[in-house]
Amino acid sequence: MANYSTNEFKSGLKVMLEGDPCSILENELVKPGKGQAFSRVKLRNLKTGRVWERTFKSGEKLEGADVMDYDMEYLYADGEFFHFMATDGSYEQFGAPVEAVGETKNWLKEQEKYEVTLFNGAPIAVAAPNFVELEVKDTDPGLKGDTAQGGTKPAYLTTGAMVRVPLFINIGEVLRIDTRTGEYVSRAKG
Amino acid sequence: MYWQPSADLNTLKARADFSAYIRDFFRVRDVLEVETPLLSKAAVSDANLLPLAVTCLDKTCYLQTSPEYPMKRLLAAGSGDIFQICKVFRDEELGKRHNPEFSMLEYYRLHFDLQTLKDEVAQLVGDYLNIQRRMDLSFRQAFIKYAQLDPFLTTDDELQIKVQPFVGGLKLNRDECLDLLISHVVEPNLPKDTLVFIAQYPASQAALAQTYENDSGEMLAQRFELYVNGLELANGYQELTDVAEQKQRFAKEQTQCEQVRNEDEHFLQALQHGLPECSGVALGLDRILMLKLGLKNISEVLSFDFERA
Repeated sequence: MANYSTNEFKSGLKVMLEGDPCSILENELVKPGKGQAFSRVKLRNLKTGRVWERTFKSGEKLEGADVMDYDMEYLYADGEFFHFMATDGSYEQFGAPVEAVGETKNWLKEQEKYEVTLFNGAPIAVAAPNFVELEVKDTDPGLKGDTAQGGTKPAYLTTGAMVRVPLFINIGEVLRIDTRTGEYVSRAKG
Repeated sequence: MYWQPSADLNTLKARADFSAYIRDFFRVRDVLEVETPLLSKAAVSDANLLPLAVTCLDKTCYLQTSPEYPMKRLLAAGSGDIFQICKVFRDEELGKRHNPEFSMLEYYRLHFDLQTLKDEVAQLVGDYLNIQRRMDLSFRQAFIKYAQLDPFLTTDDELQIKVQPFVGGLKLNRDECLDLLISHVVEPNLPKDTLVFIAQYPASQAALAQTYENDSGEMLAQRFELYVNGLELANGYQELTDVAEQKQRFAKEQTQCEQVRNEDEHFLQALQHGLPECSGVALGLDRILMLKLGLKNISEVLSFDFERA
């Protein structure tokens, strides 16, 4: 991979830092008038999702990271890996370990499309679409007629995730969930 | 829509008013406005500044990073007190507080010591920004107060440890450590809405200021910086007039510099002829305007920022 100098650092650039692929979020030049110039950089570690702040001397170089995002369809889990298939026509399959899937595990649904980040050809992160529709596997019985009243109860989805839902929701219903907040949005339509 | 300006019309009016304010300030003080070439056959010696090279009549020339050398030549020629409002150029400086081309006010006062010049700068900037509160710190006091270390007594190894949280495993030399700590630790903690002068820099950061030895045998520079709300606005010196010392500093800068920088012969000849005792200061006008108007990005005070230039 190419090396990038601090003056090429910009938001979205993927670089290697301490052996991990990172995405640059922000780069600000800091320079005492008569002194050394520095780049004060915020980076997201693409493996852990943690944000790092790091300062570099101007002119320092970082190795580019071979990181690409792909749309992939979720296929199945085999207990060890979560399997995805590229939708670019190649039908290539990738097994993502649980660390790569992270919280997205709660929102996995077969045949749904996810954004899979590959580092040196292996999945390191999986991002869910903003909204997914998932079926309720278990919840307390719905209260008839209680459609307007406030109040919520826990519902367990087929993925194992728990969301708070209105009291009128029943087992077997399909719900629209906002994956960014993990909150119930509505019943799925049709 | 990159044909459009990056500053709004009110900002451009404020900029024009600011220039008028500066000219009035110096007119009543009998300081002469001058213009010197932006384009020079010699480059600045300062290894931390990157001049832009251009070709003119088949010769490599440089756009000024500050008007310091030609203004000192005017002083040596007997101009008396002078000021200049001009554009300066510094490669690779781009960010929220930097644009590769920016506006500078530089001025020189004969027989002013550094304290007198500080007072005048406090009046010039304080009146314009309507800030009267002022704090004067030495470089040492600023570090002790805001970074909990003595910048003269702390060992190189201890300084390395202090900067590690910011730079990871990177090795920095002593001055680089101090540069990092002043910009990352001291600056953000300075009091708000206050003219903060930091002075008595270590001699290693003297640039073109006179140096002297204090009672503890430490070599210090007759240099100050002005900070307001975390922005560095001005850099002033009691000016070095000794030509032999000046030549040594040129040679030292050259050893730290990757590019070859030709010594400015005309400047050295002027020093040889004799620079009167004086103090001088350079102020970043765009940043002062940012503070005046409460703007966070230098683009917003430029008619066209570098992106649109």
